[in-house]
Amino acid sequence: MLKIDKLNVIVKDKKILNDFSIDIKDGEIHAIMGPNGTGKSTLSKVIMGNKNYKIESGKIVFNGDVINDLETDERARRGIFLSMQNPISIEGVQNSEFIKTAINARRNTPIGLYEFIKEITAKASELDLKEDMIHRAINVGASGGERKKNEVLQISLLKPSFIILDELDSGLDVDSLKKVCESLNKYLEENPKTSVLIITHYPRILEYIKPRYVHMMVNGKIVKTGNLTLALEIEKSGYSDTFNISENKVYE
Amino acid sequence: MELVGLTKENIRKISEIKHEEQWVLDYRLKSYELFKKEAMPSFGPKYEIDFDKVVYYKNEDISDIKDNWNNVDSCVKDEFKSLGVIDSEKYLSGIGVQYESEVIYHNMLEELVKKNVIFTSIEVAMKKYPDLVKKYFGKIVSNADNKFASLNGAVFSGGSFIYIPPNTTLDRPLQSYFRINSRSMGQFERTLIIVDDNSDLHYVEGCTAPTYSDSSLHAAVVEIYVGKNSHCRYTTIQNWAVNVLNLVTKRALVEENGVMEWIDGNIGSRATMKYPACILKGDNSSGTCITISVASKNQQQDSGAKMIHIGKNTTSNIISKSIARNGGNATYRGMVDIKKSATGSKAIVKCDSLILDKKSKSDAYPTNICRTDLSNIEHEATVSRINEDNLFYLMSRGLTEQKATELIVLGFIEKFREELPMEYALELNQLLKRNL
Ligand SMILES: Nc1ncnc2c1ncn2[C@@H]1O[C@H](COP(=O)(O)OP(=O)(O)O)[C@@H](O)[C@H]1O
Ligand SMILES: [Mg+2]
Repeated sequence: MLKIDKLNVIVKDKKILNDFSIDIKDGEIHAIMGPNGTGKSTLSKVIMGNKNYKIESGKIVFNGDVINDLETDERARRGIFLSMQNPISIEGVQNSEFIKTAINARRNTPIGLYEFIKEITAKASELDLKEDMIHRAINVGASGGERKKNEVLQISLLKPSFIILDELDSGLDVDSLKKVCESLNKYLEENPKTSVLIITHYPRILEYIKPRYVHMMVNGKIVKTGNLTLALEIEKSGYSDTFNISENKVYE
Repeated sequence: MELVGLTKENIRKISEIKHEEQWVLDYRLKSYELFKKEAMPSFGPKYEIDFDKVVYYKNEDISDIKDNWNNVDSCVKDEFKSLGVIDSEKYLSGIGVQYESEVIYHNMLEELVKKNVIFTSIEVAMKKYPDLVKKYFGKIVSNADNKFASLNGAVFSGGSFIYIPPNTTLDRPLQSYFRINSRSMGQFERTLIIVDDNSDLHYVEGCTAPTYSDSSLHAAVVEIYVGKNSHCRYTTIQNWAVNVLNLVTKRALVEENGVMEWIDGNIGSRATMKYPACILKGDNSSGTCITISVASKNQQQDSGAKMIHIGKNTTSNIISKSIARNGGNATYRGMVDIKKSATGSKAIVKCDSLILDKKSKSDAYPTNICRTDLSNIEHEATVSRINEDNLFYLMSRGLTEQKATELIVLGFIEKFREELPMEYALELNQLLKRNL
C-alpha cells in the first residue's frame, strides 16, 4: 500500500524528517507514537502533498507509484485520506456541498441528491454528529470533537483505501472516541484491504483500533518498532526512557 | 442606419428618427452643452474615449415594438432564443428586449395591463404619458450630475419605463435584456421607474443574457422613484464583454417608509464605474445595496454605493464583496452622508475583498460623513487572500485547485447569491465558473 524510503524533509530551512522509512502493507494497521515536535504531523502532511514541506531526498511509493510530485487532490482521489490533527473551519462553504463535491470528484456521474442526503444523514447519526453540522459552513462554530467527527464522517463517505489519523483522540471525550472508533472499525471490516496509520500520544485509541505494529518516532525517524506492548511501555516510562532501555538492550 | 460622432446634428437626427417633442430635443441639446463643459471623472479607472468614433445610434430598419416573438426578425429571434431569453419569459410578469439602440420586444401579462401597470420603452412613454415622464425624468439624476449622465441625456436611446400604480403588487419580476452586436457601438439606455405609494416592484436587468458585444461604451442612466410605503428591488448582473466601458449612473429617491434595494453584480466589462445610490428623503425610509464585483485580467471594477440620508430615522446598509484575480483590480468606492436633518438614522457599511493571487489588487475608498450626533455609521472592512490552508484542506479531499477555489469564491459571495431568485443564482454560478 504505502512505502516510504529514506525520506528527508525540510520546512523553512529546518530538517524535520530524517531518513524516515516505513512499509505499510494492504490491510495493515500501524501506529506511530512520539514526543511533541518530532515530526509526526509533518509526516502526515508530506504524505498528503502539502507544498509547505520540501522533500530533499527519498521516495513515497503508493500502490507501486512514486507520488512525490503528485498534487494533493490527485493523491486524495487515489485513495489517501488525512484526518487532520486540527481541522480548520472554512467560512461560506457549506459542509454538505463540499462533501458532495468531493464524492463527485471520484465518480463519473454525479451522486443523486436523495441518495447523498440519505447516506450523509445516516453516517452522521451513527457518529452522533448533530445534523446541523452537515448544513453549516465547514466546521464553523464547531467544537474540537465535532471537527474530528466530521473528519471521520468524510472517511465513511469518501471511502479511502489508506487512512492517516493524526491525533484523532485529541478533542474527543471517552464516549465519543469509542463511538468514532466503532464506526471506523465497521468501515475496516467492510473494506478489509484498507490500511491505517494512527498517529497518537496516548495508547487509549489503540485499545479500540488494534495496530499490528507500533513505531516509536524521535527526531524525525523511527527508532523502535514493536507491537501494542511497546505502546504501553511508552506510556509507563515515557519516550526517552523507553528509547534508552531499548538502546541498552541493543548493546547488552 | 448608423450615426457616428457626437455632434448637434446627430443629436437632432436621433430626435427626428424618434419623432420626439420639442422638450425632449431641448433636453438633449442642453445635456450636450453640459457634456462639453464637464471633465472626465477625476477618480477611478483611467481610460481614453474618442467620442468622435463612437456609434451613437444604430438601427437596421425602424419598425414598431413587437409583442409576439413570431413578428420579430427571425435572425434576431434565434439569437435571443439561444441566449435563453425567450424561455425565461415564463418566470416573469413582463419582459422588454433591446437590440442595439431600440427596444424591439415588449410583453406583459394581461393581469398587469388590467392593474394599469405600464411597462414600455422610454420613447413610447414620452409620447403616451408625457406628464408622468416629465414629472420625474432628469429629476433624480440630473444631466449635470457627471460627464456620462450628460452624455446619456444628449443621446439616450431605448431603456425601460415602468409605472406601478398605488396599492399594486406584482407576483413576479419585470425584466429587460440589453444586447449590442456592432463594433464601436455605444448603448445609452435610459430607465425610469416609478413605484407609486403602497406598491411593490422587483425589476431585473439583463441578468441572464451574456453580452458578447464588440461595443466600446455603455453609459446608462437609471432613475427610480419609490413612493410612500413602497418597495423596489432592482437586480442586475452585468456581464459585458471585456472591451466595454461600463459607466452607469443609478439613483433612487425614496419617500416616507419606502424601501429601495439594489442588488448589483459586476462580472464583465473592461472598466466599470457604478455606484448605485439611494436618496433617503422620507422619514423612516431605508436603502440597501448589495454588490459583488469580480475583476479578472485587464479588468477594473470600480463599484460601490451611495446613501444620502435626509429624512429622520432612515437606515442604510451597504454590503460589498470584491474579488480580484489574474491581475484584475476590484475596488470599493462608496459614500454615506447623513445630513443634519437625518436624526435617529443608522448606516452600516461592510466591504470585504478576496484576492486570489499576487498579481491582483483590491482597494477600498469609503467616505462616511455623519453630520448629526443623533445618528451613526458603522464601518467594517476586510481584505483576505485565498488561504493556502483552506485550499489544502479542500484539495486533500480530492477537489482540484480550480474546484476548491470556486467553492471558496462562491462561499465568499454567499450573501449576494442568497438575494437572487433561484434561476439567477444558478446563472451566476455558471458565469463565475467560466471566469475563474
Ligand atoms: N509549517 C511549518 N512552519 C515551520 N515549522 C514547522 C511547520 N510545520 C512543522 N514545523 C516544525 O516542525 C517540527 C515538527 O512539527 P510536527 O510535525 O507538527 O510535530 P508533531 O506532530 O510530531 O508534534 C516542529 O518543530 C514544528 O515547529
Ligand atoms: Mg502533530
